[in-house]
Amino acid sequence: MKFPSPSSAEALIAITNLSRRFNSKTVLNDLSLYVPRGSVFGLVGENGAGKTTLIKHILGLLRAEAGSVRVFGIDPVSDPVSVLGRIGYLSEQPDLPGWMRVAELIRYTQAFYPKWDAAYAEKLREQFGLNPAQRLKTLSKGQQAKAGLLAAQAHRPDLLLLDEPSSGLDPLVRRDILEAVIRTVADEGRTVFFSSHLLEEIERVSDHIAMLHEGKLVLCGPLDEIKAQHRRITLRFETAQSKPPAITGALSVTGTGKEWTVMCNGARNELPAIAATLGARIVDEHAASLNDIFVAHAGVSMDGPTAQSQSTS
Amino acid sequence: MQLQISTADGIPIYQQIVNQVRHLIAAGRLQPGEELPPIRVLAEQLTVNPNTVARAYLELEHAGIVTKRHGSGTYVSETRRPLPQREKTKILAKRVDALLTEASHLDIELSEVIKLLRDRDGVMKAEIQK
Repeated sequence: MKFPSPSSAEALIAITNLSRRFNSKTVLNDLSLYVPRGSVFGLVGENGAGKTTLIKHILGLLRAEAGSVRVFGIDPVSDPVSVLGRIGYLSEQPDLPGWMRVAELIRYTQAFYPKWDAAYAEKLREQFGLNPAQRLKTLSKGQQAKAGLLAAQAHRPDLLLLDEPSSGLDPLVRRDILEAVIRTVADEGRTVFFSSHLLEEIERVSDHIAMLHEGKLVLCGPLDEIKAQHRRITLRFETAQSKPPAITGALSVTGTGKEWTVMCNGARNELPAIAATLGARIVDEHAASLNDIFVAHAGVSMDGPTAQSQSTS
Repeated sequence: MQLQISTADGIPIYQQIVNQVRHLIAAGRLQPGEELPPIRVLAEQLTVNPNTVARAYLELEHAGIVTKRHGSGTYVSETRRPLPQREKTKILAKRVDALLTEASHLDIELSEVIKLLRDRDGVMKAEIQK
């Protein structure tokens, strides 16, 4: 399905009709998305949804089989130097050379980036509490993530690209990573693209989100708009319903007995009339959390989010 | 200024900031003329996107609750614009609905609820005078 997109001039990353198969499995299916310059773009999806495959295309580690990928307007496969020099990248498991000491990692990484800011690197090292003499393999998982973040950030990249940066980390380190994201956009108006399955952190720091489900984009746009469009509405029926009532335009219908909660996407205005014809009335209405929204969409059939789906879970 | 942000109940984060600042002012924990933290400081403190804080501050400014002083910061307005009557009633009606629902579950008559409201009002006024 198509989502409104910013003009290509504003898009720092432009992905158009990208598809990718591994053997016979379709991992990315005709995916188009645009990341506005200066945004914090959160990519949501369960494990295996295709998040890392998408990120590998942005880094130019995978060639687009169908469709196109442009980062800073450049094809990252044909001109990796121009693209990677402006990206700071942190993966879920930073692949750091364990025998190196922290100070050596900083000198080693510096060599790759002409714009490396040594004073900033030193400031981050102090802030993260990293001992320059310590070998990387002896660092805790959280400290390794911080060392990876330092290496990704100290050349002040135009694009900070984080793949599941807080996976398996304790809340304090997660907070450090989120603060780094916030500082990156607040100080310098740079762009952050990060993937996570932790919807809470996506909701806190993102201004744009995309939801991937089984290789397809089920939702993409400014977070404010997505939040405003989705409502959870509880209907009360005169008599107990043995199965979920059929509601046109609902993303999901869940409940038991007389009360059923409908998740709707922009179809709020029609609901009172639909409810009345079913002999039900609206007894409650709530804003939907990102988790509610994700569950409602991930339960959706492959025809797209407007198709009706029912779930009793 | 201490705020608590939750993403569990679905209320947009900018709205939570607006509501809580209003509440702090109503409770006297933010005084007229007091400065609110700069946008990026609050964003880091709450670990939320700075644009979200900026949007909350803008809404508060439009509502006349805070005032932006050129080149310095954001302050609680000196002259508080009172909420329109309709808005006041709306805020209170939600609490009243909850109270009435609970009273009905407990089989307490409306007249008894009204009497209780008067009694409690008396108790609270007496406490203030102490």
